[in-house]
Amino acid sequence: MIEFRQVSKVFDDGEKKIEALKEINITVEKGDIFGVIGFSGAGKSTLIRTVNLLEYPTLGEVIVEGKDLAKMSEKDLREAKKNIGMIFQHFNLLNSKTVFDNVAMPLLLSKKKKKEIEERVYEILRFVGLEDKAKNYPNQLSGGQKQRVGIARALATNPSILLCDEATSALDPQTTKSILNLLKRINDEYKITILIITHEMEVIKEICNRVAVMEDGSVIESGNVFDIFARPRTETTRNFIRSVVRDEVPSSVYGLLKEDAYFSRIFKIDFFGLSSGQPIVSKTAKRFNVEINVLFGNITELQGIPFGNLIVEIIGNDDEIDRALQFIKNQKVEVKEVTKDGSQQRAHFKRIVGNAVHG
Amino acid sequence: MEVSKELILNALWETLYMVSISLFFGSIIGIFLGILLVVTRKGHIYENRFIFSIVNPIVNIFRSIPFIILLVAIIPFTRLIVGTSIGTTAAIVPLVLHIGPYISRLVENSLLEVDEGIIEAAKAMGATPLQIIFRFLMPEAFASLILSITTATIGLVGATAMAGAIGGGGLGDVAITYGYQRFSTITIFVTVVILVIVVQGVQSLGNILERKIRRV
Repeated sequence: MIEFRQVSKVFDDGEKKIEALKEINITVEKGDIFGVIGFSGAGKSTLIRTVNLLEYPTLGEVIVEGKDLAKMSEKDLREAKKNIGMIFQHFNLLNSKTVFDNVAMPLLLSKKKKKEIEERVYEILRFVGLEDKAKNYPNQLSGGQKQRVGIARALATNPSILLCDEATSALDPQTTKSILNLLKRINDEYKITILIITHEMEVIKEICNRVAVMEDGSVIESGNVFDIFARPRTETTRNFIRSVVRDEVPSSVYGLLKEDAYFSRIFKIDFFGLSSGQPIVSKTAKRFNVEINVLFGNITELQGIPFGNLIVEIIGNDDEIDRALQFIKNQKVEVKEVTKDGSQQRAHFKRIVGNAVHG
Repeated sequence: MEVSKELILNALWETLYMVSISLFFGSIIGIFLGILLVVTRKGHIYENRFIFSIVNPIVNIFRSIPFIILLVAIIPFTRLIVGTSIGTTAAIVPLVLHIGPYISRLVENSLLEVDEGIIEAAKAMGATPLQIIFRFLMPEAFASLILSITTATIGLVGATAMAGAIGGGGLGDVAITYGYQRFSTITIFVTVVILVIVVQGVQSLGNILERKIRRV
């Protein structure tokens, strides 16, 4: 468990003061995969560094497993750090050492026995799938493999916390996926609490159960990932969510509006939670005298729960469409009509006039 | 005038003797001071303004004194250390004081080239400052250090030519006393050729070692 209590950090180079962190209060529970997202300069790098005291907080305290590391002696602190693994954006491996020696390093520093080190290193290399690369040097590996070495090194001392500093930001999407899967496995199998900082919403979406959004040194929103995705309160968060779940109406749909016939209207249905499990579209089509075309859809899964939106065209006479619409609304999903000017609901007469003009 | 084979071989031996002994002691001093210059600087693992602001100017002072002047200026000190102020062994003292600070700057550069991320990773692992220096910084900078020492060695070969001023002997001394002062062009030619070969040899050896360590 990691608890940030009123954590502030000011960088003062004598000339100007930069407030990197402003009274941060968040709690990472045991077993969490906790994501901190923000643009560069938001302070998230500084935040993660206060956990293992690569940066000391100016004010406030960071409690790791019940202890305030900042109050420890140098020696105790070094011991405590062995319980906190860390991986980096640029891997930070020793290029002069083999994969084996890199992973063995933290054990060597703890003055473990040679045989014990060898067993542990191979065990952990097997886990990350790099057993056959033990004798290779980092510059002979791909980015993804280097990060696996970084992960193996971080896990060598059996920590209960893993800090990930932009661990996938230097990797391509395919490799990012595989590293994220590995992190998830670490969380599942070793029950290691993971704190991830990232600027990629994809990372949050894929593996985190809880998230904090940072901007200008403050946490502007935090909570369960699903809740944040479903009900973002700030524009920054909304923008991050848009980067993984498209919620704008594609221009091709607007194209369809123009040449639309009389008895058809287009709606956007937002799903989150269980409601999307229900076959709303087919139920509506069966129950009312309307036809429903799915024009566009973007549904993804967050922690096993479907989340996203569908853009549908409902064809039928006005009354039937209204009744169908009411039915859909009763299913506790959000429905918005898609209009050219973006207004909520087209007035009927406008539609008729408009269609009449368009012929 | 014929070039005496014996004379040349003896001078070559004197040069190699002066270079190797002063390189050995110069490297010890240089590496120590180089590490000190890096780790005591602002924001580094042993940040210490006091030590840095003493070592830094001392290195600069020794680096700015021309060797020929250093050679004679420290004669009392030389006598204190090796008991004499003339001869090949006496030349080693000023050579060490000349090359040590030079090596310290080269070492400083090599160590500063090491990615800061490496130090960060080391700190995150709970490494002690000494472990950071000897298990992270030095191994990572090793290839670059080899090139630095190579450069220093060649600098030493050049400096030994002046050792003749205090009776240090060596190839440079032969070139001056026999070649220049007695107008023996062939002696100058032979000594210069040998010096070129020595320098080439040292540089090639350094490059081979460096490549081996970097594995390219």
